[in-house]
Amino acid sequence: MSESSFSTASNRQFSTWLVWAIALFVTTIFLWILSDIIWHGARQLNWEFLTTAPRSAGRKGGIAPIIVSTALILGVCMAVSVPVGVGTAVLLAEFTDTENQFGRLVRRSLDVLAGVPSIVFGLFGNAFFCKTLGLGFSILSGGLTLACMVLPILIRSTEEGFRAVPSHYRLSAAALGISRTTTLWQLLLPAAVPGLVVGLVLGVGRAIAETAALIFTSGYVDRMPESLLDSGRALSIHIFDLSMNVSGGDANAYASALVLLVLLLLINGTAAWMAEHWLHRRITPS
Amino acid sequence: MITPEPHLNLQLTNAQSVPCNPQPFIQTENLSLHYGKKPVFTEITLPIHQGCITALVGPSGCGKTSFLSCLNRLTDLIPGCRVSGQIRLGSLDVMDAKLNTLLLRRRIGMIFQKPNPFPLSIWKNLALPLREHGIRNREQIDQMVETTLQDVGLWDEVKDRLDTSALSLSGGQQQRLCIARALVLKPEALLLDEPCSALDPISSGVVEDLIASLRVRYTLLIVTHNLAQARRIADYTALFWVQEGVGRLIEYGSVRQIFESPQEGLTAAYVNGMRG
Repeated sequence: MSESSFSTASNRQFSTWLVWAIALFVTTIFLWILSDIIWHGARQLNWEFLTTAPRSAGRKGGIAPIIVSTALILGVCMAVSVPVGVGTAVLLAEFTDTENQFGRLVRRSLDVLAGVPSIVFGLFGNAFFCKTLGLGFSILSGGLTLACMVLPILIRSTEEGFRAVPSHYRLSAAALGISRTTTLWQLLLPAAVPGLVVGLVLGVGRAIAETAALIFTSGYVDRMPESLLDSGRALSIHIFDLSMNVSGGDANAYASALVLLVLLLLINGTAAWMAEHWLHRRITPS
Repeated sequence: MITPEPHLNLQLTNAQSVPCNPQPFIQTENLSLHYGKKPVFTEITLPIHQGCITALVGPSGCGKTSFLSCLNRLTDLIPGCRVSGQIRLGSLDVMDAKLNTLLLRRRIGMIFQKPNPFPLSIWKNLALPLREHGIRNREQIDQMVETTLQDVGLWDEVKDRLDTSALSLSGGQQQRLCIARALVLKPEALLLDEPCSALDPISSGVVEDLIASLRVRYTLLIVTHNLAQARRIADYTALFWVQEGVGRLIEYGSVRQIFESPQEGLTAAYVNGMRG
């Protein structure tokens, strides 16, 4: 073996090592966090923890009202953001071309909005939904604030989904005398669903982990909510409160974090499964 | 001024042995098209005879495909595209801004160069346009799907898997499905934009035979780069050419006239393979 080819070989070996080391490093951090939470949280986690109300400021008891509040906040957020998001994405992708001034303005605004810190959304939600609209500290205020926060991600990725649909579907549908409405519902929307699902997963991930925006809008109250106008404490706020403000709350904070993590994985898994089995089948050859 | 031969001598091949109706189905007068300020083709006056196959031949970029898109107003979808002149379909003014283009496109179907079935099941590819045009009875749809698939020779190949994705078909089968999808609406004419050029030679032959078999029942206008194909299946041929950057109609006449006694030097050079 010549000297130069030897050095190339050892170079290659070195870069292989480097890449593996980096990959291992990233995976290790993730596994470390995961195992830490599972290690400390799993001991507390049982059926009773999931089905009873917190006692002694959360040191004892479970998180049933917290889970319900979180689900309701997420529900409000999705119920508002999905129709508005898909509608805006359709407008941007199908009814304005890329050169259009209005479209460019909307897109630029969305990109700026996507980068706004969540605490700013929280303050806005508090000023607008809680005070101006008089919804007070409530699950509704919290859900609507999260919807504002999630919309930019949802719109942009759904729009990308629509733009990724080959233009010949639109052309061949038009050539068959099929109206734009039918084309949209029957052809473009199913084909754009993968983009929507990606946006939804990212959006839900951001919403379910949100703390700052919810402190000012949905509040702290850890009772079981009776309506959307009640204040409700989200899981992330519960974790924050237990670990920062309640001495001796660490164990239950870990257990709550584990629940949050499992919820997140479940939502991601369901979305991926839906895209793969239910909608994918319509779009690609079986 | 280009005048078509009044009497066709159609003993060229078997496909052309039955005479077609020499009445023009569509007639364009001084048709021009611009993308923005750039002219694509100008002053095209061309009759398209009922029940006949008219072939548009010529080099790339001379506006053949754009000409096709004018006839079913698909040009409406292209931003910055401006069409002037006249297109008559019987007594109908195709250029009328108030015309219902959805109904026009039901009367004039279109087949594209690349097979483009919808990403739906084979059955739904045909059912979608039918439902859109008001046919909702399941039995009636099934009946029309079967008849049309038989017409394009696809029924025996797909009858057991109508609910599988149309994208699982081969290229040639997909193109025949696209033709079926257009035919299921019972159009009067079909515009075909190089329907065989994206297919392998065997599939291409099958699709070509299918197109030839639609003659007389439908008015067909086909863009093709394959001169031998034009000669085999067409009744009339029009030669487009780019002159000074603009597409123009050089010569129009029966296939025999264009291929055997062309009036223009350019036509003679093109059909003999010396130009283009």
